[in-house]
Amino acid sequence: MANHEAQGRTGTPYPVPIERGKILEFAAATRSANPAYWTSDAPVVPPTFLTTQLFWQEWAGDDANPWRHVELDRKRGMHAEQEYVFHGPPPRAGTTLTAQSRIEEIFTKQGRRGGTLTFAVMVTEFRDADGRLVAEARLTGVETERAPEADS
Amino acid sequence: MTPQPPEPLVIGPLTRTDFVRYQGASGDMNPVHHDETFARAAGYDAPLAVGMFNAGLLATYATDWLGAEAVRGFRIRFREQVWPGDTLTCTGSVVREYERDGEPLVEVELACTRQTGGVAVQAWATFTREESS
Repeated sequence: MANHEAQGRTGTPYPVPIERGKILEFAAATRSANPAYWTSDAPVVPPTFLTTQLFWQEWAGDDANPWRHVELDRKRGMHAEQEYVFHGPPPRAGTTLTAQSRIEEIFTKQGRRGGTLTFAVMVTEFRDADGRLVAEARLTGVETERAPEADS
Repeated sequence: MTPQPPEPLVIGPLTRTDFVRYQGASGDMNPVHHDETFARAAGYDAPLAVGMFNAGLLATYATDWLGAEAVRGFRIRFREQVWPGDTLTCTGSVVREYERDGEPLVEVELACTRQTGGVAVQAWATFTREESS
């Protein structure tokens, strides 16, 4: 059961170095042969690459990750939506960003097939060395009242 | 000029190795995507694809179309599960062209569709049309 008191919870900031090798590994895994990634010494990140902040958030320790306070049930929870916004070109290899996550909102809706759906939204901001906001990630998780299989 | 979508990107049949490669690259190590025993205990017939992997294929299609450096927004909705053996087809179309603070932008809608016709992932992306992006 989701913990509504997690709304507003903010994690501690943590560094996210953007690395060329990691970008190429990600491009290969998502079947991109785009020369913008493969022929540049300092490629930009692919549109969904900032999901790799998961590594850095985990290594930074529990305080960096406010999502754990949301307590969505793993069996009834799933990833519903994910959004990335870039304020200018995507960040490039060689830069180190500072990321910080917060639980933006937790709300409920009636599902189409009955039952209550609980949504939780975590926003992660990525800033450059000058403190400029360069990218944002918005993760929406959903928890169904019953196990998803029971709906079908 | 309105950008025309390229030929669909067809990927598959997908293997467990595709899922594992993406998991290693992304940092999402949920065993339901690679551990057969774990996936069966969770009620599935096989490990299911990572939703973000399917979304990443759409991002590949979109950046080949409109430019890796030009992306300004990418919003994903997960719709249907994807399994080993599935073949995915990525397609897109222009939703609108507009200006924001003098910058020409294009918004496109993207779909990652299974061989069954079911849409696994939908996405809406915004790209700048400025040459120097």
